[in-house]
Amino acid sequence: MPLALSRSLLVLLFAVLVAVPFMPHILYPVFVMKVMCFALFACAYNLLLGHTGIVSFGHAAFFGTAAYVTGYALRELGLPPEVGILAGVLGAALLGAVFGALAIRRQGIYLAMITLALAQLVYFVFLQAEFTGAEDGMQQIPRGVLFGVLSLRSDFNLYYVVLACIAGGLWLVHRIVNSPFGEVLRAIREHEPRARSLGYAVDRYKIIAFSLSAGLSGLAGSLKCVVFQLAALTDVHWHMSGEVILMTLLGGMSSVFGPAIGAVLISALHHYFDALGAWVTIVVGLVFIFCVLVFRRGIVGQLNHMLMQRPSVTRSAAANIKEKHHAAV
Amino acid sequence: MDIFGVPIQAFLGQIMLGLVNGAFYAVLSLGLAIIFGLLRIVNFAHGAFFMAGAFVAYMAGSYFGVGYWPALFVAPVVVGIAGALFERLFLRRIYGLDPIYGLLLTFGLVLVLEGGFRVAFGSSGQPFPTPPELRGVWNLGFMILPVYRAFVIGVAIVVCLATWFVIEKTRIGAHLRAATERPELTQSFGINVPMLLTITYGAGVGLAAFAGVLAAPIQHVYPSMGSDLVIIVFAIVVIGGLGSIFGSAVTGLGLGVVEGLTKVYYSQASATVVFLVMALVLLLRPAGLFGREEN
Repeated sequence: MPLALSRSLLVLLFAVLVAVPFMPHILYPVFVMKVMCFALFACAYNLLLGHTGIVSFGHAAFFGTAAYVTGYALRELGLPPEVGILAGVLGAALLGAVFGALAIRRQGIYLAMITLALAQLVYFVFLQAEFTGAEDGMQQIPRGVLFGVLSLRSDFNLYYVVLACIAGGLWLVHRIVNSPFGEVLRAIREHEPRARSLGYAVDRYKIIAFSLSAGLSGLAGSLKCVVFQLAALTDVHWHMSGEVILMTLLGGMSSVFGPAIGAVLISALHHYFDALGAWVTIVVGLVFIFCVLVFRRGIVGQLNHMLMQRPSVTRSAAANIKEKHHAAV
Repeated sequence: MDIFGVPIQAFLGQIMLGLVNGAFYAVLSLGLAIIFGLLRIVNFAHGAFFMAGAFVAYMAGSYFGVGYWPALFVAPVVVGIAGALFERLFLRRIYGLDPIYGLLLTFGLVLVLEGGFRVAFGSSGQPFPTPPELRGVWNLGFMILPVYRAFVIGVAIVVCLATWFVIEKTRIGAHLRAATERPELTQSFGINVPMLLTITYGAGVGLAAFAGVLAAPIQHVYPSMGSDLVIIVFAIVVIGGLGSIFGSAVTGLGLGVVEGLTKVYYSQASATVVFLVMALVLLLRPAGLFGREEN
């Protein structure tokens, strides 16, 4: 997308998000917070899928672990929310490094299966651990007082804290993708042996990418835990891992913020059609099949593609778009 | 007599349960390996077809009064045909792409199938009676052996051997092996490779459905019965390697026993031990126990 257009869209979106708590009858702020968490989750996931070319099928482990760690810190240890969230992020990043170190010993399809199995291991740990409340989940987690001054008990205060954290997280994703480090990740995605022969420590880059992606996914999980005052098994279940893949695929994995659009759509699907129960699962499955079969570019990728093909676009603009295609929206 | 402080009856009983689980792992990973070998698709929906097999048997029984024995034949055929259709209509379109798309496509199918059966039957389990011929137990003196479980283990071993025989010793098996190694060359010899792919996928998921019918009397019939299983089977496949059909069956049985033993000595870890073994194998022998280096 042309830079000016995407900039102005971003500013507009931010303005709308800032205004949400003043019009709760139009957009329910708690729902918007949830959507933002998933938007960050999907963009963080895409650090691996879109930008490093690694398919992880276990990201629910990071999302859910962060939620449980934060919940434990807030409810059992009585720590303030900033410490709890930080602990969740660090826990997830650490787990990401462990997953990465194990999973990159194999490639492609095997790597996906390994992450799925490791995530299932994490799922069983939380299912059996004492403090997690098993099927009931960890309930009534206190939101606490941020930095000792700002009570998060009100949704109004919490909303802006979450907005700031998510914006910070997304900015970080953007920075990582558009940094020399991100360039190396793309080199690995395009041709791993070449990157290796150029002297890059490919394994280390992959593990760091895993860890960063996991840590940012963890931030999303921790925030969701604070918002809903709940850490539950659904956060670590493989359905969640599948869901984040779908969000990324649907939004477009060739862009930085495309996955966020997928996250909005899938969250809205769950939110507005919740009453239909298992039918939602069927629809999600059908969307999945549709995306894989005929919509592999995703929404943003498709838009970019159409913009490039339009005859009125000048040659230089097309080249410009092509250059930006992988790097930015 | 005790074995490390555990009475031998309990010990053998858990090994027995482990073997039953291992039998399912073996049959499922066998099917996964065959499908992957030829189609280069990791069939996430394998567990969903397992579940569908159990449900078809259940529906045949409760709506049409079809008994266990005919169902053991009917359900795999019905599910196999459904699988072949899925291959023709959907899977075929993504063969040229990265294998990861196959995993994602079949994952979508899992959601559709699970959601569908949940809409129709709810999340809770439907009871499925053990056939009268196989009720009761054998008292072997040193342990009590439920007849049905012995039957499952026996059938699973026979199925694995039969599959091995078909692949290694028959004409269609030879075609299949040829197409696995060199699809274009095989096709140029006048063998209908696309048809072979369809048959293979249908047969593979039929095998999963067969295992589903076998499992129905043991664990009830419910929509998510397959997906929890398939993740364990994925771990087993990582341990054993998808390259070897024999290897995947042996690994499946072996890990079932390991799981049973864990239940005896440290039951909390029995749900996770397979994944821990996987992590250990990745550390020590990254290519897997029977693995040829893939990619």
